[in-house]
Amino acid sequence: MTAEKQEILAKLRTQLLEVQGFRPSPSATAQCFGLGEIESCFPNSTFPTGTIHEFIAEHPEDAAATDGFISGLLHKLMENGASTLWISRNRKLFPPSMERFGTDAQQVVFIDVPYEKQILWTMEEALKTEGLACVIAEIPDIDFAQSRRLQLATEKSHVTGFVFRKAPKRALSATACTVRWKISPEPTEMQDNIPGVGSPRWEVTLIKVRNGHTGTFHIEWSENGFTQIQSPALAQAPEKESEKQHTYHRILAEERGTA
Amino acid sequence: MKRYLSIWFPNLLCDYLAFKKPELKGTVYVFTRSERGRIMISAASREAENQGIFANMVLADAKAVVPDILAFDDQEGFAKKLLTRIAKWGIRFSPFVAIQEPDGIILDSYGCSHLWGGEEGYLKHILDKLTESGYGCRGSISDTIGTSWAIARFGKKAPIIAPAQQYNAILNLPPVALRVEEATYQKLHKLGLDKIGKFIQMPRSVLRRRFGNDFILRLGQILGTEEETITPVIVVAPYEERLPCLEPIRTKPAIEIAIEKLLESLCARLATEGLGIRSAELRGYRLDGQMTQTRIGTNRSTHEVKHLFKLFELKIALIEPALGIELFILTATKTEPVYLHQEKLWSAKPGLADDNLAKLLDRLAGKIGPQAIKRYIPQANHWPERCLRPALSLEEKTEIKWQKANPRPSELLNRPVPVQVTAPIPDYPPMNFRYREELHIVRKADGPERIEREWWMEPGEHRDYYILEDDRGRRYWVFRSGHYDEEKSAWFLHGFFA
Repeated sequence: MTAEKQEILAKLRTQLLEVQGFRPSPSATAQCFGLGEIESCFPNSTFPTGTIHEFIAEHPEDAAATDGFISGLLHKLMENGASTLWISRNRKLFPPSMERFGTDAQQVVFIDVPYEKQILWTMEEALKTEGLACVIAEIPDIDFAQSRRLQLATEKSHVTGFVFRKAPKRALSATACTVRWKISPEPTEMQDNIPGVGSPRWEVTLIKVRNGHTGTFHIEWSENGFTQIQSPALAQAPEKESEKQHTYHRILAEERGTA
Repeated sequence: MKRYLSIWFPNLLCDYLAFKKPELKGTVYVFTRSERGRIMISAASREAENQGIFANMVLADAKAVVPDILAFDDQEGFAKKLLTRIAKWGIRFSPFVAIQEPDGIILDSYGCSHLWGGEEGYLKHILDKLTESGYGCRGSISDTIGTSWAIARFGKKAPIIAPAQQYNAILNLPPVALRVEEATYQKLHKLGLDKIGKFIQMPRSVLRRRFGNDFILRLGQILGTEEETITPVIVVAPYEERLPCLEPIRTKPAIEIAIEKLLESLCARLATEGLGIRSAELRGYRLDGQMTQTRIGTNRSTHEVKHLFKLFELKIALIEPALGIELFILTATKTEPVYLHQEKLWSAKPGLADDNLAKLLDRLAGKIGPQAIKRYIPQANHWPERCLRPALSLEEKTEIKWQKANPRPSELLNRPVPVQVTAPIPDYPPMNFRYREELHIVRKADGPERIEREWWMEPGEHRDYYILEDDRGRRYWVFRSGHYDEEKSAWFLHGFFA
């Protein structure tokens, strides 16, 4: 294939995406989330803003990991000072934790609705509002028609929407969401084998990507942002590790005793 | 021709206090203020006056008469405030009501009294109403402000002076009724001129030479030969619009039209005054005599019809017209100055100051309720449950930063859940713990981070927090309540880390 032909093909591909409703948001032309290989899975190799994402969390631990991952994404999305809406019922998210991921929780408005059925209405209203960075809704289930409505709302305003499905009751069916994520925690690693808990690490699974491809990746949140881990640490020999910890703690305890 | 009604409150402050504190009835009490190092009585109750205690006496002298006299502090300007309040109430009897400091009000009653069946009925009605609310008062109607003032205070005969009869009415009054200065009054007294009638016939030039221009002016004013004006109090009309309907309204589109019309006229008025609505109320009076009430509130004051209409639109379903609504009344119950933004500037600067966000939150508050909307700001407390508090407004900022030294869990349980823990040695992180029937073997741990309970707020044990990572890489926030004790130590799971 000649270079000319390839160029034509690339052009046609972007046109095809546009026809399918995928438009790169005008403001976020060069927004890089530092997600490494994950971003290459998306159409045009950019994190799709101005669309609906779906996060699946089966366990509370996964939900916490997803909270952390979303906080990390918000750090980038809210860079221009825009605010975010977090809609939920029975919210567990602890706002001070967002500071660790570079997101100022003061810029986040939490909507704690009393009934689950109000969540989608609130989200749609919020998605229609231009100027918001992101709208996150915690809801266990969403069907195709509902997700399509949300998708249409975002297409006008270019607000990014996250549907955070905690412990979905129904089996996962098709939705109009662009990406379906699953984040679960992974063992952390400290530099030079120092005992203790390191920076958060997650196994990020792209279950479904429209016009892209899926995959499983390993991501760590460090102070600079997301970093991709090529070879995740295997669980170390358990006895040895806990022994190490115990010696460290004994040292600390002795120090405290003498001091 | 003009007619004025003057009302005098001899014990204004004391009557007010007696109304507020009924237990004072029958006791001797006074208002005092300090003046040149002495405590002076500024107002005395009726009982005190019966005992011979009057205003401008020294409190110590009064105490010699009545030892258990009650003294209250006289707040500067309170009497004026009270008079203004009474004057505003009096606006229902006459469009022009003014206060006459320090102890009276005056109404321009011309053309008003016939509505109460003549001047006698008019005066009686007003005085009765005031007496009912506990004020001792006297009133008088005459052609001039001066005569009304004088008769109300010093008149011994009929309170109503027929038109053009003020000359005869004041002949027997003391010169103090002329509203002259203390020095002039003393001078008149010294000369034996103890009644106005004794000097009113004297040539003006003689009087002017002895008592000054002011005296002549007062004399002219009481007789009506000199002009005197009053400064009426102005009652601010409430921000209210009415819409009577030709036919009772029952349908949704009709209600929408009504709301839109009301909003348009109300907002036009607010816009000219630079005000915006913070909360508004729509009342609909129905055919069956019932009333429907709908309230809206906004996060930022606004007079934008479109936005306010949207807020009401969410509530239309709650308006029950029944047989039909005859009259709509829209009231702006709370207004605030509106800040006009340059649109370009704001659209380029998103965030909490964004107008779109405020509008969105208004709509959400209208549908779900304002208590659902929360924004958190850090608080200077270490106790995890108290390290943040809801912000009072969208704009509220604080100097306190979120704490960064120790990581906090992404998800915090509302109430810590007890867990079973194997922790062999004090101050060690647990080896394993059992949560929800599952055994978690701890692989990595951080801690302890001791958080002391804020004893000045609540009693209880301190907490030693550990960050634990189990064999599958899941991270937890676990704490031990109080000091280590092999049997009794209570362990809790409080959150999940990202």
